[in-house]
Amino acid sequence: MGKTFAEKILALKSGKKSVVTGEIVTVSPDIVMSHDNTAAIAKKFKQIGINKVKYPEKIVIPLDHCVPAATEKYAANHKEIREFVQEQKIENFYDINTGVCHQILPEKGHVLPGSLILGADSHTTTYGAFGAFSTGIGRSEVASIWAADEIWLRVPETIKINIEGDIPPGIYPKDIILHIVGDLGADGALYRAVEFSGKVIRKMDISGRMTLCNMAVEMGAKNGYVQPDEKTIEWLSSRTNKKYRVIKSDADAKFEKIINYDISKLEPQIACPHTVDNVRPVSKVVGTKINQALIGTCTNGRIEDLKIASEILKGKRISNKVRLLIFPASMEVYTEAMELGILRELVRSGAVIMNPGCGPCLGAHEGALAPGEVCLSTANRNFKGRMGCKEAEIYLASPATVAVSSLYGEITDVRGNLK
Amino acid sequence: MSIKGKVWKYGDDVNTDVIFPGKYTYTITDPKEMALHALEDLDSKFAKEVKKEDIIVAGRNFGCGSSREQAATCLKYAGVGVIVAKSFSRIFFRNAINQGLPLVQCKEAVENISSGETIAIDFEKGELSCKKGVFKFPPLPESVLGILKDGGLIPHIKKILKIEKGE
Repeated sequence: MGKTFAEKILALKSGKKSVVTGEIVTVSPDIVMSHDNTAAIAKKFKQIGINKVKYPEKIVIPLDHCVPAATEKYAANHKEIREFVQEQKIENFYDINTGVCHQILPEKGHVLPGSLILGADSHTTTYGAFGAFSTGIGRSEVASIWAADEIWLRVPETIKINIEGDIPPGIYPKDIILHIVGDLGADGALYRAVEFSGKVIRKMDISGRMTLCNMAVEMGAKNGYVQPDEKTIEWLSSRTNKKYRVIKSDADAKFEKIINYDISKLEPQIACPHTVDNVRPVSKVVGTKINQALIGTCTNGRIEDLKIASEILKGKRISNKVRLLIFPASMEVYTEAMELGILRELVRSGAVIMNPGCGPCLGAHEGALAPGEVCLSTANRNFKGRMGCKEAEIYLASPATVAVSSLYGEITDVRGNLK
Repeated sequence: MSIKGKVWKYGDDVNTDVIFPGKYTYTITDPKEMALHALEDLDSKFAKEVKKEDIIVAGRNFGCGSSREQAATCLKYAGVGVIVAKSFSRIFFRNAINQGLPLVQCKEAVENISSGETIAIDFEKGELSCKKGVFKFPPLPESVLGILKDGGLIPHIKKILKIEKGE
């Protein structure tokens, strides 16, 4: 009987010949990531009673959750992190001028196929787009990995999701993953590994695969995975010269479930307040007034996303009832968007270009909502209070849906507005 | 190990943003202060009225969403003795154990418990007693139980590293 990717990689990283689903293994990760929560983790680390992290070279720390610091408290938090990084001689530290963790780890060559990456952030699942096994853990767990270089993981069952068909106009990777999350539910893949495959995935660019794996956690998945191919290898070739070994599920691997989707007739999708699995076709909520529109975050802040938005907005002006905020996911994306003239078009259309970072996604700063306001966002969560105000509503959709809706000041079906 | 307490009952998919809002994640660092905001966006009475060893009973996927450990920390410091749910979100499960906060997964029991009643849980026997009867639940895996018994991951890892040093 063949093995799944999850079984193979967790056997490899725990030094075992083979493992079975449900087994609890002790593994040593290749990379452990933490962000603005590093100061809190450092406090826990010191409580253990040792002074030096075991492998500083395995640690990657980007600052992204509240950058630049919004208040004195945030500033003090960042200061503590910078001091800790220096004290521990951690070289892979990225200060406020770099971008969102899940974008810059791949950009800076820290994500390799066949690697095990753990991060103190639930959307660490993103790196599965490159064939890594990556998942979120808690703060105490990061502290204990810094100290002991080990952690327990349960070998997950794998759900294979085959996506077939031809992508209709106006449909983007975000629509596909929203549809799947809506269909399977917030716990539809609880504790499971999710492997995305099929014709649509093979045709999909790296950016789209990242969007899918990023949101795998929204259906409870432990990790998302896309089998690396020539697109992955090409993307990585300009980012790293480190050696890696691609790990794939065997042809006769035992999946817990195989779910098939044909997206040939899929309509644009939207997650309505206040849960990510409250997904409907955009056509069902057309006309809902919006106050703020947001394009960015670790889900949809890449150059491909900004291009889509600028093509829709080029030469037009957004509604004067809407504030459109753009958060490029990294400085690399920001620079490219600048060079391509995308930022100029977006600014002319009435958008506000923000600095790379998480922005208001988790309600820390930059673009808070007032009670009664509605935000249409490309982010990955719309829980009550998520953006700082529990009397506000958040809808989630593709960059195209957000861009076109900002023109009209209300939720709009992008299909009637494509050139 | 056993516990007895009053039940606070909630539904499915209680997420980390309603347990501990994201806006506090970097501004509140003292666990006692975290406790004052526990479940703030779900039940504003909870943090004010919760008593030591009270028990949260909830539906499916408790703790879904963010990896923020404060979601477990704030409930632990608010006095919650144990959380009983139909299922737990993966990272929340780890965070709770790592904070020394026990969890019981028992779908049947949840369906038979009402808010406000007093229930008792015996961890050794794997039994939950409520008004409507006694329900069995499976024990946690040994390695996970070890962390809980040591009072959480940090004391646990401390113990492990000291043992290694002693060898």
